[in-house]
Amino acid sequence: MKKKSENKSTSSRRQFLKKSLMTGASMLATGGLIEAYLDTSAAESGEKVKVLTTDGTIMEVDQAHLLLPRVSRAESKKGLPGKKFVMVIDLSRCKNARACVEACQKGHNLPKSMEFMKVYLLQDGEKEAAYWFPKPCFHCDNPLCVSVCPVGATYKRSDGIVLIDNERCIGCKFCITGCPYSTRVFAWKHYPEFDIDKQPYSPEASSPGVEGTVSKCDFCPDLVRVGKLPYCAQACPMGVIFFGDMDEDVVTNGAETFQLSQLLRDRAGYRYLETLGTRPSVYYLPPVDRQFPVDRGFGDLDESVKDRYKETPYVKKNKP
Amino acid sequence: METPYNQSDLLKEFSPHLERTSVLQMIWIVFLLGVIGLGGFALYTQISKGHIVTGMRDNVVWGIYIVNFIFFMGVSYAGALISGSLHLFRAEWRKPIIRIAEFITIIALLIGPCYILLCIGRLDRLPYLVLFGRIQSPITWDVIAISTDIFGCIIFLYLALLRDIAQIRDFKEISLPKWKKKMYSFLALGYTGTPEQQKRLQNATDIMAAMVISIAIIVYSVLAWIFSVTLQPGWHSTIFGPYFVIAAVFSGCGIMIITMWLFRKIYHLEHYITRRHFVNVGVLMLVLAALFGYFTFSDYLTKWYGSEKNDELLIQLLFKKYYWLFIISNYVGVLLPMIVVGIPKFRTINNITFSAIVVVLALWINRYLIVVPTLESPYLPIQDSRPEWLFYNATWVEWSLTAAGVAVFALLMTLASKFIPVVNVSEMGDKPVPEEEIL
Repeated sequence: MKKKSENKSTSSRRQFLKKSLMTGASMLATGGLIEAYLDTSAAESGEKVKVLTTDGTIMEVDQAHLLLPRVSRAESKKGLPGKKFVMVIDLSRCKNARACVEACQKGHNLPKSMEFMKVYLLQDGEKEAAYWFPKPCFHCDNPLCVSVCPVGATYKRSDGIVLIDNERCIGCKFCITGCPYSTRVFAWKHYPEFDIDKQPYSPEASSPGVEGTVSKCDFCPDLVRVGKLPYCAQACPMGVIFFGDMDEDVVTNGAETFQLSQLLRDRAGYRYLETLGTRPSVYYLPPVDRQFPVDRGFGDLDESVKDRYKETPYVKKNKP
Repeated sequence: METPYNQSDLLKEFSPHLERTSVLQMIWIVFLLGVIGLGGFALYTQISKGHIVTGMRDNVVWGIYIVNFIFFMGVSYAGALISGSLHLFRAEWRKPIIRIAEFITIIALLIGPCYILLCIGRLDRLPYLVLFGRIQSPITWDVIAISTDIFGCIIFLYLALLRDIAQIRDFKEISLPKWKKKMYSFLALGYTGTPEQQKRLQNATDIMAAMVISIAIIVYSVLAWIFSVTLQPGWHSTIFGPYFVIAAVFSGCGIMIITMWLFRKIYHLEHYITRRHFVNVGVLMLVLAALFGYFTFSDYLTKWYGSEKNDELLIQLLFKKYYWLFIISNYVGVLLPMIVVGIPKFRTINNITFSAIVVVLALWINRYLIVVPTLESPYLPIQDSRPEWLFYNATWVEWSLTAAGVAVFALLMTLASKFIPVVNVSEMGDKPVPEEEIL
């Protein structure tokens, strides 16, 4: 069933990336302290870029140290023009490696107890097969969370992304009860991880986290803006997570690129709980012709993570 | 009540309560302040350490704070129903208990919304509800409805108090400190009881009585819609609006009976509040118990019979983990008032009061069973290794703040009864309205 991937030239993507980074670098001029935009703890890439600081001097910094540019809260309300983002998750490849969860938490400076991406062990019926189910925010086209927000802290952009403004959110949690997919999480206290990020807050980065507010998977628009894939899609060793643009009709996991409409047609893509009428932007490819048995997903998990699944009918019956 | 009471005799009887506070009452007030203090400490803990000190987590994001919110809003129905509707229908027997109903309404209405605030993660951003309010959100509907209700009820209560305040101002035999006298004469707004003033007051009270009833129905429906507009299996129900309204009036009746019993004992009102009042309010409670039972039954019957996957999970949770709570709230709480009030020989004041206490507790549990188990059984199964993330258990912070809410209610009721006679002196002195003048 596997289609030969129709690879886009990666060099053009790299070029785009470079250009975006340069734009980012020029934006530093308006930003204040240069340190706030650098992460010197990252390994050096050897590739240097020139940046202009607020006092007019030109500095040379390592490209790997350069943090992503962040747009203002007002700018984050507008979507990327001409885009309609979509995610495809191939359940036949997932083996619960949890790389997506960890990369996401690192990228968004989240504590262990807050997961934007969750991996469930699902089994739809007693006789049906169990499968691993990575679940980001579905960025619905009919999002109940957005409808119920009393202060407009969560909003739907023209590019389909649903974001939360943590500087507007009052923490009433109505959106959490409104979301039928248990996607949203609450910052129950000020976690030390919130202090890692020294850059100014932007809804596109969902970082630094704000105590007493709601947050969730954001489709990483700050990465997408510079031509990168979301953290989860970048990190997945199995290439489970595809990200792309519905208008361009293309999705990629970094290594393979597919025509979205054809992929969904050939692999019988579906949306989770379609009956609820929320119209998600995340499609799943059913777990058929699987690359790994389900039990592989219990491989090298922490005990605390393994414990999560102990009450599932599958684990109770099969004791993997 | 064929012959009207003499107003100055009545005032003479009640003036000692307004003049001084007994030692026992002082101890009671200090005790309540202690409980409120504990609540204050709990609130400080919650604000300084974050909501992590509560039992709420990402799945059960609303706990007993919301339950208390619904509960106190429901209790506030006592005034809207008893005072408002009985005023409109000119039911003569209402006169000795109407003031108590109004006190309950206004005080519960001030406490209820505070619980919503306890649930909010960023209290410092509360003004955003007005500054950036979105009319599409049911919470905005709630803000509008509740603030309208509070204003309406304050006006209604004030209109009902006006004549008594004027009476106290003009009453020579009462010895009050100067500031209190000044307060009464300021609050009386120059009411002297001229026919013109009487007519205006009567009209205004009639209008407000009708308004208060309709606003109260809107408030409670909006409150129900906060739950039923979501897609959660236990909440997404068309019946919730009227169901919540009925439950609210039901709990209002229960609180009414309990408060009548307490004030009757404390202020020796045996002469005014008689068995008749308990039976009358009790019969109202019986009718409401039947309606409430009917709504509860049809809500759960349809869920159980259709047994959609997620409805079934919820029903299983209710009948396993929450079995006894379910039985107490939805069986005992419905059947007990029907038996006690329904069978004439059981209709004693104490029996009716006991069943009212059970009703009030049952309704608190009923709201708990609406809020918590639903959040514990979402569409995607909760897969977590942290026990506090799996099931909700209220912590000492939440229980202390719940106790503090009850203490504030009791304290304000006590203080209110020290400023205004607990029986409406002026109305008791009025001649009964002849039948043909009704409405």
